[in-house]
Amino acid sequence: MRLHEYRAKEVFAAAGIETPVSKPATDQSAALTVARELGYPVAIKAQVPVGGRGKQGGIKIVATDAELRAAAESIFGMEIGGYQVETVLIEDAVEAAQELYLGVTMDRGEKQPVVMASGSGGVDIETVAQETPEAIGREHVDPAFGLHPYQARNAVYRAGIDRSVAGDVASVLETLYAIWERRDATDAEINPLMVTADGDVIAADAVLNLDDDALFRQPELADFDAERREGTLETRAADAGLEYVRLDGSVGVVGNGAGLVMTTLDLIDHFGGSPANFLDIGGGADADRVAAALDVVFDDPNVSVVLLNIFGGITRGDEVASGINQALEQYETLPDPVVVRLAGTKAEAGRNALTDAVETVETLEGAVKRAVELSQGGAQ
Amino acid sequence: MSILVDADTRVVVQGLTGSQGQFHAEAMLEYGTNVVAGAVPGKGGQTVAGVPVYDRVETAVVETDADASVVFVPPAFAGDALFEALAADLDLVVAITEGVPVQDMARVYRRSQEVDTTLLGPNCPGVISPGAAKLGILPGSVFEPGSVGVVSRSGTLTYQIVENLTSAGLGQSTAVGIGGDPIVGMDFQDALGAFERDPKTEAVVMIGEIGGEDEEAAAAFIEREMDTPVVGFIAGRTAPEGTRMGHAGAIASGSGTGTAQHKIEALEAAGVPVGATPTEVAELVASHSPE
Repeated sequence: MRLHEYRAKEVFAAAGIETPVSKPATDQSAALTVARELGYPVAIKAQVPVGGRGKQGGIKIVATDAELRAAAESIFGMEIGGYQVETVLIEDAVEAAQELYLGVTMDRGEKQPVVMASGSGGVDIETVAQETPEAIGREHVDPAFGLHPYQARNAVYRAGIDRSVAGDVASVLETLYAIWERRDATDAEINPLMVTADGDVIAADAVLNLDDDALFRQPELADFDAERREGTLETRAADAGLEYVRLDGSVGVVGNGAGLVMTTLDLIDHFGGSPANFLDIGGGADADRVAAALDVVFDDPNVSVVLLNIFGGITRGDEVASGINQALEQYETLPDPVVVRLAGTKAEAGRNALTDAVETVETLEGAVKRAVELSQGGAQ
Repeated sequence: MSILVDADTRVVVQGLTGSQGQFHAEAMLEYGTNVVAGAVPGKGGQTVAGVPVYDRVETAVVETDADASVVFVPPAFAGDALFEALAADLDLVVAITEGVPVQDMARVYRRSQEVDTTLLGPNCPGVISPGAAKLGILPGSVFEPGSVGVVSRSGTLTYQIVENLTSAGLGQSTAVGIGGDPIVGMDFQDALGAFERDPKTEAVVMIGEIGGEDEEAAAAFIEREMDTPVVGFIAGRTAPEGTRMGHAGAIASGSGTGTAQHKIEALEAAGVPVGATPTEVAELVASHSPE
């Protein structure tokens, strides 16, 4: 789960990282009031949970009421990375002598956290990491002990950051790690970290991605999900505890286990069809979760056939079957044909409990072929 | 022979009194696994499925001589349960729980290295040596004893591919689900190394998916260290880049590494044929078999 920049900045500032004076606004007149309060020039920044805002015109520096109105006009309602801008941040425009990058994430390969610093901030840091990996100072952290101050300095010196500010930058990195750890973050980043002509170190942007599985320990942040979009199938699926990604094909897919669902999508493609979605009901799903999954897929207008593929381990075939029946009870005739493949734990009991309204196929590849055929208007 | 577990493995089930714990402990017992104890704080003295329950893992181990643990404890308490298991001098700890916070696992993993205990999972189906023992939630009926080792990041996909192997007459020595989370204990290289050393394993199927670079690292390991033939399968060929597909780890970055294509190329360059479908995986294994 990602926080909006202005929420992340609140967290950073509370931990002692200096941020520019700023305030969010949700319409043009509120933006104007805030800008006058702060005094021009100010930055007006689209609040969306994706990178690359600047390149798409989502960040502008303005010096007058007229400029602010024009910028607000263009930024509110803009679509960036699939998200509509509903909130902007009005922020004191800081003039930077240098722009740096700081980040903390989990290095899966090393199975340890890693902190990173770079003298090239304010740009696409992924490109820097790919093209000049030596420009990024890295230090792995033993999660039992946390980040030692000397390690933060190591990363900063390795990045070649000027000695006059290295100490202050290292201490920001220490605080960033402390936030990452205490907030159960997956990623915490400052890009750019601005160094002013006076040598002040200020976080001009803030990224904080939290571990969804640890939100129970972060109750005060749990409601600030910037990726959430009301009323969408994605949000409905998330509320039902389902992993769901909408795609652009016509075969609706419901399955258990990410690897098996991905394989089902791959096979649909392999046999000439096209998947409408990825939907994983997860491990140990009960009848209600199965019913909710079917509802989400039936409600997608692109779907012309539903393929339900369950290989039970911790998930039980009899529970799945009662979920299917529960979902189907609401319809006189089914919105779309349903092909079911049930295998594994209690699969036989499940198959026996299914109504004739659905078509069952024993093998995975057989079920996928049948669903693809139906999606192409094959014989019912 | 097999890796990790055999008919002598003695198992304590953490979370035995919960509904998942009890259901799967019964399935393990039915399969013939030596489930000798349960450990649930506050439930000591009870008996579930004929198995005595203790308040503490350490007591369970002392009283029953257990050498492995299977953990069915809810995510918020799983980290603590794993630390408790790692303090009890076991050889193997299997974490079935899905949704354990990643930072908890980084600390648990570090501890497992310190006490030299093999940690499997979390978010994994467990391990089975067909005909001898199963620790976890794998549906036993799909598996047959044989000489193919299986290692996988995805539970249900393991069952699928094993079903294809079994119906092609290719039994398994051991099947290991290492789990799909960003941080897991045993990884591909650990399992591949164990299969290489196991005289009973004549071929290995490695089942990977998009995200991370574990498969790429495993490809390098196979080329460097293994004589046993390996066949690969990678899920997520058609997954859009930059989108997270279920498993916390299953996101393909836009940078090229982590994509199915990149993993398949790395494996093929290491001499590992990669099947496009589960059926093809079984055919590739059959073509490697001595018979």
